[in-house]
Amino acid sequence: MIEFLNRLFGRQTSGATAKERLRLVLMSDHLSLAPELVEAMKRDLVDVISRYVEVDRDKIDVHFENQENVVAMLANIPITGVNRNAGREQTPAVPVMEQAAQTPQAAQAPAAPPRPRPRRRRKKNAAATAS
Amino acid sequence: MHVLEQPFDDADHEQSAPRSEPAPVKLGRAIVITSGKGGVGKTTTTANLGTALARRGHTVALVDADVGLRNLDIVMGLESRVKYHVLDVLEEKATIDEALVRDKHSPTLVLLAAAQAREKDEVDTRKMVELVHSLRERFDYVLIDCPAGIEKGFQNAVAGAQEAIVVCTPEVSAVRDVDRVVGLLGNAFSPQLIINRMRAQLVKKGKMLSVEDVNGILRLPLLGVIAEEPDVIVSTNRGEPLALRTDSQTAAAYHAIAARVDGEDVPAPAVEYKESFITKLGSLFGGRRNS
Amino acid sequence: MSARKIVFTSGKGGVGKTTTTVNVGAALAKRGHRVILVDADIGLRNLDLVLGLEKRIVFDLVEVVEGRCQVRQALIKDKRFEALSILPAAQTRDKDSVSEDQMKRLVDDLADMADFVLIDCPAGIEGGFRNAVAGASEAIVVTTPEVSAIRDADRVIGKIGERSIPMRLIINRIRPEMVRAGDMLSVEDVCEILSAELLGIVPDDEEVIDTTNRGEPIVLGETSRLRGIYEKIARRLEGELVPFTNLESTGFFGRLLGALKAG
Repeated sequence: MIEFLNRLFGRQTSGATAKERLRLVLMSDHLSLAPELVEAMKRDLVDVISRYVEVDRDKIDVHFENQENVVAMLANIPITGVNRNAGREQTPAVPVMEQAAQTPQAAQAPAAPPRPRPRRRRKKNAAATAS
Repeated sequence: MHVLEQPFDDADHEQSAPRSEPAPVKLGRAIVITSGKGGVGKTTTTANLGTALARRGHTVALVDADVGLRNLDIVMGLESRVKYHVLDVLEEKATIDEALVRDKHSPTLVLLAAAQAREKDEVDTRKMVELVHSLRERFDYVLIDCPAGIEKGFQNAVAGAQEAIVVCTPEVSAVRDVDRVVGLLGNAFSPQLIINRMRAQLVKKGKMLSVEDVNGILRLPLLGVIAEEPDVIVSTNRGEPLALRTDSQTAAAYHAIAARVDGEDVPAPAVEYKESFITKLGSLFGGRRNS
Repeated sequence: MSARKIVFTSGKGGVGKTTTTVNVGAALAKRGHRVILVDADIGLRNLDLVLGLEKRIVFDLVEVVEGRCQVRQALIKDKRFEALSILPAAQTRDKDSVSEDQMKRLVDDLADMADFVLIDCPAGIEGGFRNAVAGASEAIVVTTPEVSAIRDADRVIGKIGERSIPMRLIINRIRPEMVRAGDMLSVEDVCEILSAELLGIVPDDEEVIDTTNRGEPIVLGETSRLRGIYEKIARRLEGELVPFTNLESTGFFGRLLGALKAG
């Protein structure tokens, strides 16, 4: 009865909810179970960014976070300088990170609240493109 | 099989003075929910009993001890909020507070999730016991969801607890497994029984074991009998434990169980088990056994 | 010729591994194959109980492995079938009593005596699981269309994948009426999420509890619609391409009702 009323008022069927939740949770499980894959992804990510800015490879942190409707990849990449050859090399095929930093100071994630931590870059929906 | 060691703490769960503090800290009750057989409703029971106890005003910590096959988070609908898990805490990669996930619906209920990408062998039993003890210092109830089986996962789950609730379905394999588990638990855990997934119609037709059949073999104090309800599947689909509802037979059963766990002498309500010999059942329900 | 060695596993307990192992084994035996069922759930044995052979246990798997008896002494022949035997687990031992190598050798020995060796795996992914899988060259993953079961099945599929043995899926206890109402994941949903090859779809049936109570495999009964389903699974295991019927998939409402009635 409750389920009938739920559907009447536009709430998703529980089966559909279950499917969506499972999809996300399995994605998260698979990521945590494949550290080598994650490491390879991190290396590639850093290589690409390094074409534009110089980064402190030792202080890089890339991890995955479960948010309400998505699994998000969060990358924290301290930038130490601008690569003078940036832009003169072949354009990478990877979808663009927001604005490549012109100066270290400008490399701020738009929505980031003021924090004492180094600048963050958010890469949302990594899972959506990956699946 | 070796007998389980005595729990880290003594069985007295009332007053226990930590080493150097002047005022005694009242420790919460750590209860492991186990069964031997899988799929009988341990996780569902942990989730719903926890919710029901929280609704009664208690502070409750749920601990998922099923390393590698965690499900308590998803049954509670909290899977997207888990950042750290038990092993992170045991290995000091995170504090308890960072790992505890607050429930969406009950403000005094928290969850400590299991690790998914690890193995049960990696859990240090001694540290697990200490972790449970820390939780007991902060929460009225610590409910530990035990994995199926009797291997290391089971042993770690049981190690920190002082009491046990065993969950059984009215099926021969389940009864046999519970019997074995109760034997392994020995005398230290005062196990109490929940019979889950009862189907009164089938019992009437003689096609399913009755409560008397089951407990005639197990002979445990009976905490409650819960009828089979398809709504349980729906509630897991959504990650919303049935105990949150007021219209569900299962919810009522869990609330009654929570009251009994709290020490109330709750007679078997008709809604819990629709059978004609309900008065006979009444005599089978004893409140909490004195520890 | 050596037998096919198939482990029935799931991760989650209570989804019907033992019931499935028993009924698929019985269906294969009815079709003329020599079948040995192995209960790998040391300490929590149930294969014997579900088959109703619990009173005939003399020796068990651990005693065989420890050399205290011969395999043939421990095997219990099920007299209701031409060639169905079981090797029971030990009840008062634990899973450390046997190593993966020992299991592998044991299953190889059994494979010389049969056409199919079906191994009933314990719940979980601990030592008992590893032992059960050690002896197998194929795996059947049993799941129900429920969130926890599917998540656990996914984990198990990953673990089996590491051993590179072929794997197929049985979806157990599906309730077509709940699927139609949107309250349960459909067969298509499950297969999509797990990306596994489907071997069988078994609807939920309250008769199953009765048969396990009495220790009688469903395939022995004449009336159960599940009998036909287990027979089809047996045929698919033999290599036949048997289509899934309307009863098994969600299909149209009318055809579904018709199929259910015919059951």
